[in-house]
Amino acid sequence: MGTFADNPLLHIGLIHYLTVAILLFTLGICGIFLNRKNVITILMSIELMLLSVNINFVAFSVEHHDLVGQVFSMFILTVAAAEAAIGLAILVVFYRNRGSIAVEDINQMKG
Amino acid sequence: MNAIIWLVFLPLIGAMITGFSSAYISHKMAQVITSCLMLVSAMLAACVFYDVIIDKHTYTVTLMDWIDSGKFKASWALKVDSLTAVMLIVVTWVSTLVHIYSIGYMSHDPNVPRFMSYLSLFTFFMLMLVTSANLIQLFLGWEGVGLCSYLLIGFWYQKPSANAAAMKAFIVNRVGDFGFALGIFAIFVLFNSVQFEDIFARAINYKDTWISVAGINMHALTMICILLFIGSMGKSAQIGLHTWLPDAMEGPTPVSALIHAATMVTAGVFLVARCSPLFEYAPAALTMVTIVGAVTCIFAASIALVQNDIKRIIAYSTCSQLGYMFFACGVSAYSAGIFHLMTHAFFKALLFLGAGSVIHAMSDEQDIRHMGGIWKKIPLTYLLMWIGSLALVGIYPFAGFYSKDIILESAFAAHTGVGYFAFTMGLIAAFCTAFYSARLLILVFHGNSRASEEVQHHIHESPLVMLVPLIALAIGACVAGYIGMHMLHMVDPESSFWGDAIKVLEPHLVLEKAHQLEEWIKLLPLFAGLGGILLAYIFYVAIPSLPAQLAKNFNPIYKLLLNKYYVDEIYNILFVQPAKCLGLFLWKVIDSILIDGVPNGMAGLSSRLAGRLSKLQTGYLYHYAFVMLIGMLGLISWAMVLTGWAWTGK
Repeated sequence: MGTFADNPLLHIGLIHYLTVAILLFTLGICGIFLNRKNVITILMSIELMLLSVNINFVAFSVEHHDLVGQVFSMFILTVAAAEAAIGLAILVVFYRNRGSIAVEDINQMKG
Repeated sequence: MNAIIWLVFLPLIGAMITGFSSAYISHKMAQVITSCLMLVSAMLAACVFYDVIIDKHTYTVTLMDWIDSGKFKASWALKVDSLTAVMLIVVTWVSTLVHIYSIGYMSHDPNVPRFMSYLSLFTFFMLMLVTSANLIQLFLGWEGVGLCSYLLIGFWYQKPSANAAAMKAFIVNRVGDFGFALGIFAIFVLFNSVQFEDIFARAINYKDTWISVAGINMHALTMICILLFIGSMGKSAQIGLHTWLPDAMEGPTPVSALIHAATMVTAGVFLVARCSPLFEYAPAALTMVTIVGAVTCIFAASIALVQNDIKRIIAYSTCSQLGYMFFACGVSAYSAGIFHLMTHAFFKALLFLGAGSVIHAMSDEQDIRHMGGIWKKIPLTYLLMWIGSLALVGIYPFAGFYSKDIILESAFAAHTGVGYFAFTMGLIAAFCTAFYSARLLILVFHGNSRASEEVQHHIHESPLVMLVPLIALAIGACVAGYIGMHMLHMVDPESSFWGDAIKVLEPHLVLEKAHQLEEWIKLLPLFAGLGGILLAYIFYVAIPSLPAQLAKNFNPIYKLLLNKYYVDEIYNILFVQPAKCLGLFLWKVIDSILIDGVPNGMAGLSSRLAGRLSKLQTGYLYHYAFVMLIGMLGLISWAMVLTGWAWTGK
């Protein structure tokens, strides 16, 4: 009699983790491109993409029995936190200067 | 030795002092500096003349090397011999008097320092020309006087006509200079030297040399002499290249006196006389010189008959007198040519400066039809103009008598076809000279005044500073002939006046024969002169209606003369208009469309392209991010294909 764990459909392996990670990453990319509203969404999307990369790291770390991947994901979390803080700070300054954070209004580099 | 160096460079010093400080220096200061330096230079010239002529001391002072390249050597050197000495006297003294005269004449001009500086610079270049010991230095002086004549003719640069005349003088001279330069090249090819001493000493070795130019075999010395003579024709305004001289009267009158009577135009005659050792071995070139001189002589004199501008008449007269000098050289009577050059310098400068005095008195009126009857108001100028005219006509005992006589006698004594031709032309020209000189005097000074009331009211004698040079020149015009003939023996075949400066071969010794001619031939020029004066008297005093009658009856001839044989018009059609068309074509088509088109088109193209490309820069963040993503995907795919990596899956 097969056990719950033997069910291949319910066995969560590397592929599943990677699939989630790809979905998250794609979501993040779509969030950047399809978003026309404001910059905070972009920041959030970037956060999402970083997280999906983290999932990849952890998944491969378990797969290969190598802790370096998980250590590295800790680094990424730290960097991501710092980046979010700085990004929000820039955003606040930007809002002060321009009075808007709508993505459509940010086209100063137009040729 | 030192005298000659100072003599040549003092005018340059004067020109530099006044020229470089022309904005700061006062007018008086500029006049005093240049005139005094010129005066000192003239005094030194007298010393040098005495040294050379009386003490027979000829020498060459080498200042320094100029060009030393292989066989080609030219040095800065001052060569002093009789020919140079005579020219030094003429140039420095006439120039000094013109400087002094200019003090009065140009007193109302705002650019006095510039003017005085140009005058001195001009004198310097002329001195450089006459003292040079090689052809290169002579060419420097030659071009220098050309430059100064451009500057001086165009001195009143606000006047378009003065600018045009200045350019014309410069360009017409270029034509002659081209010939001169080719002549120098040819001499270097033949002699491997440009030093006069070398060339003249070895000329005899090449008397039968033929050289081939562009497949044509030519007698080398004849070709060289003709090229040199073409240069002389340009500078000395001989027929064909004479057109610049009358137009050059646009410059201030002292300039006309200095450049176009006494010094610059005589450079051509000087060159021919200086190169007499070459010309002597080129009989064909001498024939050409004679013919061109004789034709110019009658050509210019006939134009002068009907001109109405006082300065223009004198200018054509200069042209005509230069013709005399040339045909004298052409029959190997170089000394007679230079003798006439000297006497002519005095009386022609006198006439020009006298004309300046008249113009000054008539409130800048130059048309002799608007003058008349002013002799009572300016008696001294009147007297001086008479002296100048009589000297020009060649009435005994004025200067022109001696020199013109000896020239015509030499031409006759040559006993050649061209010699007789030149004699006849010269005689007719002498008649014409007398006629137009007398016509000028009568129309300007006698009869009833034809000027407006206001002008008449202003007629006044010139200031002393203008009259003194005139008187000095008048003395020269009176006695220069006698002194040259009987005291210095300039044209005496036995005298040693010229030393080695002028060389005449045995069969060409015409002066001796000239002195043995029969009496009636010697008197013919004098009678021609008197006849001309008489005819002018009949025309303009006795029967004043005659000239108009003649002009009507011989209208085509009158028109031809009045329009100067239409030479200017012909040149305009033949050379000026085609050159202008070519210039316009090169400018409008070749330059603006073709040459400018390429870079302008490239610039325009890249600018348009950049405009299009800049549209790609939307400024939206997500567009850039999208491009980055696509790029990244592309790169990764490419790297995968390249490394043969394939998705194996698991």
